[in-house]
Amino acid sequence: MSTLTGCVHSLGLLGPGLADWSAARAVLNGELPHVAARTVLPPPAVLPPAERRRAGRVIKLALAVGAEALAHAGSDSALDVRALSTVFTSSGGDGDNCHEICLSLASHDRLISPTRFHNSVHNAAAGYWGIAYGCTEASTSLCAGDASFGAGLLEALAQLACGAPAVLLLAYDADYPQPLHAKRPVADAFGVALLLTAPAMGSALPRLQLRLSDAPAATMDDAGLESLRASIPAARSLPLLERLAQRRAGTVLLDYLDTARLAVEVQT
Amino acid sequence: MTPLQLTHFTATSCLGRGLSATLGALEAAHSGLTPCHFETVELQTYIGEVADLDAVRLPPSLQHFDCRNNRLAQLGLTQDGFDVAVHSAIERLGAGRVGVFLGTSTSGILTTEIAYRHLDPLTGALTADFDYRGTHNSFSVADYVSHRFGLAGPAVTVCTACSSSAKVFAAAQRMLAAGQIDAAIVGGVDSLCLTTLYGFHSLQLSSPQPCRPFDRARDGLSIGEAAAFALLERAPATLNPEAILLLGAGESSDAYHMSSPHPEGAGARSAMQRALADAGLAPEHVDYINLHGTGTPSNDSAESRAVATLFGTVTPCSSTKGATGHALGAAGALEAVICALALQAELMPGGLNLRQRDPELAVNYLTGNQRAPLRRVLSNSFGFGGANCALLLGRAG
Repeated sequence: MSTLTGCVHSLGLLGPGLADWSAARAVLNGELPHVAARTVLPPPAVLPPAERRRAGRVIKLALAVGAEALAHAGSDSALDVRALSTVFTSSGGDGDNCHEICLSLASHDRLISPTRFHNSVHNAAAGYWGIAYGCTEASTSLCAGDASFGAGLLEALAQLACGAPAVLLLAYDADYPQPLHAKRPVADAFGVALLLTAPAMGSALPRLQLRLSDAPAATMDDAGLESLRASIPAARSLPLLERLAQRRAGTVLLDYLDTARLAVEVQT
Repeated sequence: MTPLQLTHFTATSCLGRGLSATLGALEAAHSGLTPCHFETVELQTYIGEVADLDAVRLPPSLQHFDCRNNRLAQLGLTQDGFDVAVHSAIERLGAGRVGVFLGTSTSGILTTEIAYRHLDPLTGALTADFDYRGTHNSFSVADYVSHRFGLAGPAVTVCTACSSSAKVFAAAQRMLAAGQIDAAIVGGVDSLCLTTLYGFHSLQLSSPQPCRPFDRARDGLSIGEAAAFALLERAPATLNPEAILLLGAGESSDAYHMSSPHPEGAGARSAMQRALADAGLAPEHVDYINLHGTGTPSNDSAESRAVATLFGTVTPCSSTKGATGHALGAAGALEAVICALALQAELMPGGLNLRQRDPELAVNYLTGNQRAPLRRVLSNSFGFGGANCALLLGRAG
């Protein structure tokens, strides 16, 4: 079976006790211990004021990790963010907004605000991204439940295989408020962005080769990180991120669907 | 792109179950829109409701997926022998080589909306039988279809509001081109719920009457629901002339506003241009355009500008949403199937409910059915958040 390939140009990350990719890299390298702490979401400075006021937690999360991946892409890069294809993937979207809408619809007057309604679409973060960066390139927003990170990685690499020079993958999930939290116990907000580029000869960038597999998924040695991996769909990326942090070649198995895992060979 | 064949396809909407009912309604210029009496909704609006969904049952082993949206998926899959065709493809290709790419906007959210009326008065908890993964989550419908057929290939929901199930064709095409699968179940399933009925009402985008796309006095959309599917495979060297091909797909983003289209239709134009480029075709090669045509003042105005800029004022076009309502996340797939029917039946369906054409919309909008040999047709889908997609479909001969 054919494999899909792509190079990891840069990353952005935000999660519990992981303030950005640099901090996460130190933890995943083993240089620093992982200290559990609630995810702190920065205000989305890149948005115009009207949109900034309307942005919920997942939008802040997606914009933060995407902005970090862009910042690490370097100024010498030929990448133009306005023409950069994006793949957004999330298991649940904006759970706070969904909860408020369901509360309103269960109330007597059933009135929901226009902002709540347009923020309820799964592609809200992609819409805000486009407005923030003036990006008119194609963008998709995916959901595959717990397999959402894997589905996004497959789509991004398939776009590279079909000729896209670069694709920004943004995977993000945030916790639901109660009562949905009891039914869907996502622990906290976690997002990761990977700027993926088509494989080029002689490139020093880490290269990924992906295929479907039925072997069992890798877990994290650290109990805290493993708990994140197991409870937040976007954090299913952690075994891959660990290898990228350590710049260690080899194959890592990522959790994907009930019926399949993703075997990702990392070449450094 | 290399053309792909829609080896089987089907659609179920307020026009009826399956292709024959759908084509029959289009030929008769019949609209399926009716005054809204859905659930407990008290709004003066019209809807395109699929009849008797409450009587549909999922297989016993998949009861945890039971919700209106998956019942609609189940009903749609069993029309026109589509499920039989999928089983035969799996037998031929293997369960790991058939992917699932479905669009929805609200999945089974209706179940959650109703569950929130029955929270535990002491603890605020949802009832014990509430199944988040099987109903509420956007993936539920693709997960259901994947499990129903025992598939082991990639499965995903594309969730870009009203362009969701147009974009699934592009996503599946990439996965086929990249060699990861040999066939794809593509489609869209979206069902009526309170979030969209009250949400579009809050934006003042739903009409109190049956929607009137391209009418001078158009005042909003009518929400519909639908399940539409196609089995997408690489085309063999020789084809029946009536075979339907996906010739190209174009995607773009507006980068303009969350719920209003770019006034000049810049994103819409770009999506159509890309679909043409993807197919290696020029505007004059397109015989008919099935418009997004929601019937909101802003959509029809922006879309007509985009179409006129690219195609001029001659290419026949129409919106079929006066017949089906706006099936939101299922609209792209529903209208792709309508385009396939149009190609096979040589029928350009006229737009319904029109009283007076808007003279500001300078396109060749069809107000009645027209018969003509069609080789290639374009289908437009544009969504909230500025997510645009255009699909080019054609006959093999």
